[in-house]
Formats: sequence, C-alpha cells, structure tokens
Amino acid sequence: MTVIRSDDNLEAGIADRTEVRLAGEGGQGMILAGIILAEAATIYGGQNAVQSQSYGPEARGGASKSEVVISPGEIDHPEVLLPDVVVALSQEAFKKFGSSIKPGGLLIVDADKVDSASSPKAIRLPITKMAFETTGRIITANTVALGVLVGLTGVVTRTAIEKAIIARAPRGTEEMNHKALDAGFAAAEIVTKKLP
Amino acid sequence: MSVKLMQGNDAIGWGAIAAGCRFYAGYPITPSTEVAEILSRELPKVGGKFIQMEDEIASMAAIIGARIGGLKSMTATSGPGFSLMQENIGYAAMTEIPCVVVDVQRLGPSTGQPTAASQGDVMQARWGTHGDHPIIALSPTSVRQAFDLTVKAFDLSEKYRTPVILLADEIVGHMREPVDLPDFKTIKIFEQNVTESPATYKAFRNTEDGVPPLAPFGVGYRYHITALFHDEVGFPTQRLDEVDPWVERVNSKLEKHLDDISLFEEDIQDGARVAFLSYGASARTARHAMKVARKQGTKVDLLTLFTIWPFPEDVVEALGDRVDRIIVPEMNLGQLAYEVERMVGRKKVRRVGRANGEMVTPQMVLDAMEA
Amino acid sequence: MDETILEAHSLEAGEGLIPQANWFELSETLQKLRKNKKFPTIWCSGCGIGVVMGALIRAIDHLGLDNDQVALVAGIGCTARMPVYMDFNTLHTTHGRALAFATGLKIARPDMKVIAIMGDGDALAIGGNHFIHAARRNLGITALVVNNSIYGMTGGQYSPTTPLGGRATTAPYGNIEPPFPICDLAVAAGATYVARSTVYHALELDKYLAEAISRDGFSVIEAVSYCHTTYGRLNKLGTAADMMRSLKDNSIPQSALDRLTPEEKAANTKIVRGKFIDTPRPQYTQVYSNLITRVQGGEL
Repeated sequence: MTVIRSDDNLEAGIADRTEVRLAGEGGQGMILAGIILAEAATIYGGQNAVQSQSYGPEARGGASKSEVVISPGEIDHPEVLLPDVVVALSQEAFKKFGSSIKPGGLLIVDADKVDSASSPKAIRLPITKMAFETTGRIITANTVALGVLVGLTGVVTRTAIEKAIIARAPRGTEEMNHKALDAGFAAAEIVTKKLP
Repeated sequence: MSVKLMQGNDAIGWGAIAAGCRFYAGYPITPSTEVAEILSRELPKVGGKFIQMEDEIASMAAIIGARIGGLKSMTATSGPGFSLMQENIGYAAMTEIPCVVVDVQRLGPSTGQPTAASQGDVMQARWGTHGDHPIIALSPTSVRQAFDLTVKAFDLSEKYRTPVILLADEIVGHMREPVDLPDFKTIKIFEQNVTESPATYKAFRNTEDGVPPLAPFGVGYRYHITALFHDEVGFPTQRLDEVDPWVERVNSKLEKHLDDISLFEEDIQDGARVAFLSYGASARTARHAMKVARKQGTKVDLLTLFTIWPFPEDVVEALGDRVDRIIVPEMNLGQLAYEVERMVGRKKVRRVGRANGEMVTPQMVLDAMEA
Repeated sequence: MDETILEAHSLEAGEGLIPQANWFELSETLQKLRKNKKFPTIWCSGCGIGVVMGALIRAIDHLGLDNDQVALVAGIGCTARMPVYMDFNTLHTTHGRALAFATGLKIARPDMKVIAIMGDGDALAIGGNHFIHAARRNLGITALVVNNSIYGMTGGQYSPTTPLGGRATTAPYGNIEPPFPICDLAVAAGATYVARSTVYHALELDKYLAEAISRDGFSVIEAVSYCHTTYGRLNKLGTAADMMRSLKDNSIPQSALDRLTPEEKAANTKIVRGKFIDTPRPQYTQVYSNLITRVQGGEL
C-alpha cells in the first residue's frame, strides 16, 4: 500500500538514542519517574521518547523498572538494548535490572539501599534519605532521583524536567516536589565537581 | 489537539470513541484492562454505555447484541479471554455482525505471564473459532497507530460486516509515546445505508460485492438472525442451493476488497537480496535492524504488515521473487512465518522467534542474515 | 387455542390442507406468527414448548405491544428454536448465551421489550452464570425458562433440573445430582418478578408472562414442561398426554399450599405454581441513563 525509501535517515533512533533505565521497588514511583522523564523529553523538550515498564504481579513491593528511550528523531526498537544510564533505588531492583550497562555508562544507586560490594563503580547517593530530609516524605525519592539523573546527564533540560514534574504533581505538592528536584540537582553538582 | 504522552491502550480507547463506538463490554484482564478503564470513564460523557460483564464469553455476546441494537461496539481482552471469546467471534462472522475485538497479546499458553509480551495469538486470531470464515486482523506498531488502526477496525468492520481483531501486543499496549490526536470530528466512519423497505429487505442477500447492508433491530426491519446456516432472509436452512451461495459469498467478500483492507508499508532498497518482514512491536525491531544493516552497507528490504489477516499473499509472493531470504522476527515461534513460508517456500525464510516474554532484539535479526 | 395454532401450522407446512391465507385469519393472535416461514416446527408432536409459544404470543398480544418493539433472544436447544416462528425481532444465539446477547441488545435499545427464551440446560448449566448476573443487575429482560428437566435436542442427557433418581442417557443408573430450584435461584440472585406455572395451565402462563413482560426489571417465568420423547421414554412416564396430565395432578397453586399445615407443606412434593416475588427495584438501563445524565451534567 505504501512504499517508502528511508536510506537518508539511517542515524535516526540508532546512533542518537539515549537509553535510561529506572529501577526500584514497586511503590517507589520509578514507573512514574520514567513517565515524567519521557514527558520532559517530548512535551517540554521537543524530542521523541518511548517509555515502557515491567513489573511483577505485586501492586506493592517486588522489583519494577521503567525504561525511557530518548532521541531527537524516530525511535524504532522501543526497549532499552543496553542502557546509557541506570538508576536503582533498591537492592533487589539493582540485582534484577542493574547488571548490564553500556561501557562508559552511568550507574546511580541509593547508597543506603544497594550494598557497595555489588556496585563498586556506581555513583552512590543517599537518595531516599535526601528526600526525607528535604521534604519529610520518602515518596519524593523518585523526584530527587530525577534531579540527580538530569543534573548528571543533561538528557533533558532542567526547565523541561521542572515543567514535567510540576504538571504531574498533585495540587498542593508542587513546592515539595520542587524542593526534592533541587536537592537532586544540588547533589549532582557536588558529584560532578568530584568526578575526574 | 496537543501533544500528549499516551499509552497504547489509552490510544485504543480514544480510537474507539473517535470511531463512534458507543458500547463496550469487557472483563478485566492484564495487559488490556486500561482499555476498559478509559472507556468506563469516557463513554458516558458521549452518551455511550459501558458494562463489565461476568466473563469474556458474555462480553463478546453483549457487544454483538448491542450492535444488533444499533450501537457500534467493542471489547478488549488478552489471550485467555480471547480464547473464551472464540465461539461468539464465530457467531459474529456467521451472522455478519460488525464488531471490534481488541486482543492485547500476552505470553501464553494459558495463564502464561500476564505482564509479558507476546505475538502468540496470530493463528488464534485467524483460526480460533471453528469452521471456515472471513476475519480481519490489524496489528499496530506504535501508540499513534493503535489509535488509527482502532478507527480503521471500526470502519472495516462496518464496511464488510465482519468482526475485526485489533491484534495489539503488550509492548504497544503499555508503552507510552508522544501523540497528537486528530480532531475527532474530522474522522469519517462508514455508516450502514439501508435503502430497501422492510418488505423487500434481506439482511443476508447475495449481493454482487458480497456485503448486504445491515439494519438494526427495533426500527421496522423485523428479521431473524441465527448462526445456523441460513437463507437470505435469515431463516435456518439445510438446502445446498442456499448454503453454497452463502459459503461462497461470505468467504470471498474480503478477497474482493483486498485493496481497501490490506495495509502495509514497504521500505525498498534497489538490489536488496534480503528482506525483513514483521508486524506489531516486532516491526520496530525489524526497522531498527534494517537501519543498522543498511548503515553497514548491506542492502535490505523491509515489509511491515499492519493487516495480518487476510494475509497479503500477493505482496509477500512478490517480495519472495525479489529476494533470496526473508527474515521474520516475531514474539512467537514462527506463526506468521508459516504464512510467509506458504508463499515463498521454506528455504527462503528464516524465523527469528521468541516465546519467553522478551522482545526479539535487532541483533537477533541481523544474525539471521548470516545463519 | 394452542393446539389449533400448532395443528394449523404443521398442517399448512406439511400437507397444505389449510390454505395459508385462511389460517392466518383465524385470530389476531396468530398474526404474531411469521407468514413467510414455510416449515413445520422442529418440536415433536405433543411437545409442551408449543403451548409456551402460544402463551407468549397471547401475552404480547394482550399487552398490545407493537411487533417492532419486541425482541426475542434465544440460546440453543429445542426451546431456543421458538423465536424463529414469531414475527418479532428474533435472535437465535449460541448455547447458554441468550441473556448475554440480550444484555447488549437491551442496553443498546432500552425502549424495546427483550425476552430471552431458554431451556433448563441452556439457562442454568452453560448459561447459569449469565442468569444470576442478569438477575443481580436487574436488567430489564424477561427470562422465559421452559423446564423439561432434560437435554431434549441432544437426545436426553441429564440437566441441572433433572429430578434425583431420574434416568437419562448420561444417567443410566439414575441422576445423583440434586436439581436447581429455578425460581428460588432467581429470587436469591435479585430478579424482581418470578413466577412458575406449567404447560397444562396455559392460561395461567399467559397471565404470568404478560405481567412479567410489563414489569421494568429482570423477570423470570419458569414454564414447567416435559419431554415425552426422551425423559418420558427413559423413565416409563407414558405418552405426551400422560405427562401433560401429570402436570395437572402433580402441581399445586401457591394459594392452596398456603392453606396447608406446616407439616403438610413440608411434605409437599408437588410443583408449586404461583408468583414468588413482584417487588420493583432500580432497573439497570434506567440507572445507567441517570448516570449518563449526571456525568454529562458535570455532576459526577
């Protein structure tokens, strides 16, 4: 019915794709974090993105992951092939989803939840504790994680992720989410200074 | 409208609304439940009706009943529920009642893995109900296409008076992508046009194009509908001079309109000796692999099928004439590949199948070029 | 009257002794039969299902319903062949699913009178789930269950209403499963009108059917019949006339039962004829229509 020739577009979605994997316990909001990242990339960032997820049968607990593939152009294979970035907020999620990563890729783990022996090369930050200390609510850990992730990678702009988070924040929690995001960015800045 | 990040299952729900679907009956089942959830919320807003039935058998029956009452109707399910619906899908085929059945495929057989992806219902969509019958199955590759093909499913269902299966998969059903849906008012759907008077109307008339118009119940066209073999007015019959014309008309009505029904896309590179052929989420893997192959300097053709059934025999046969090898990635152990082999012979076909809940990877497709 | 219908119908179709033009002029009621239907009923001569068809036609006629306004939805079985002979919107569905098809039709067309016509196996075995859920929803459908306590069309296998000890081709040593009390089940599941009579008491059936169809909610009529061809033969119960007579001798009106002592009541084994519930509650399509109004009005 339709015949096309896409020879001139071989890079799109292949060489220029960034693959992000967000993993945690069910209920930690990592699937929502993936959705927000994808909205930051697309609605507020003018890029293309595909977000997908997998989780166990449990509504809470268990390990879940959310994946976001971001590209300026079309995205074909919709799932992460080998992630550029992995964020893991629990030991089980790290074990299940954190083992493979692109050479030179970035691994971010919650320092209090994922043991150091199993993740020697990771950037270790007390993400959940930071969330609690900043907002009094550990539920904002996913927002802190997004701040760290975007601060370290620039995969979307700070403005885009801010807009995406505020658009998704339940009414009355905008300021709390803002603070959590800022905490994440601040941590990223410190890490960047320490990195060689 | 504006760009939204939307899940495939939501896009299916919106596609139904846009197509004028005003009745949904279903039973909760992962990974299709979001379709029911969005329609339970949206249908009353447009004066439509939603009901959660006691099982999938009842859901399928109810949507046929509602369509006979004049409402465009749909159900959504996944493998186990799709199996339960088969008898009444046959009923819809036999009585030529339009309806749309969404099957968001998950890993099977049986309970399998509810949250894992699969394309294992390809053959069930074609031959799941007993007896020879026509069926249309469409398979979307993206969220936007989940919307478009849902609309198309209603259109084809009405035009050809047949059940249409929207053969989605867990990947497309649950993935989120940015979409900018069109204004629903601009979407045109085929509407039945019954011009005959009740006195001369025959709901199952042997018309030239194979598709007599359908009058709903309750507006003066009192007639009989049965899934027994029936004559042109709908009464049961065992007379071969009435059965044979029915068999001929109904089983050829889709063939007569393949130009309208067959949806596919060919991405051609002159001189290619290898082709990738796929559909649904796996078609994206095939396209990814095609780009890698072409970049590495190998010429590759890509054929993406959006209409799975009726199988586009001529198109695949022509592809087989052009290339030496057709690689068919799919999330099953070679269901559509059977059909490709039927057209081009086994020697030319390489199956790249996976039935463990994981997607085929682009590398698996590329490796099949060497093997 | 019923015999007249059946006799006239089968004679017309079979031998043409009575000209079609004449027998359709016999009564207004017969106008509800299909004039263009040219073959005899599939029922064995002497079957009670024809009596139920006569009662249904008279009930609809009595209510003065327009033929276009009525839909008959049937499943599979001897009873389920009934709609094809009548001049309404008629739908012959799959085994056990009449109520599920009827559910969609009624929701699409709340203005229509939808009557689901089923046998005991159709309604209570394969279709049992739909039966209790349609009752629970109080969907505006009349379920007419013709109970002949056997699967007739397939040749006499035991059904969910076969009496204990009754012989069937699949119960050669006598049925060991207790039967469903259809009316009790309907009441418990939420039906808002439930009544039972027998094919011997044809005029009583007329009355109950007319009442049931006139109600808004889910109504159930159990029409007790018999199958002399299978159950009667296997259990040596005699001819159709014998079995018809036994419905007269072995049934008792609820009013007569009420006059018995508690001991006598407890000992009663006769079929109780009567109306067991007639209490309205909100009907599904009306409730949904209200929901649409409230959603569209921004109230919900």
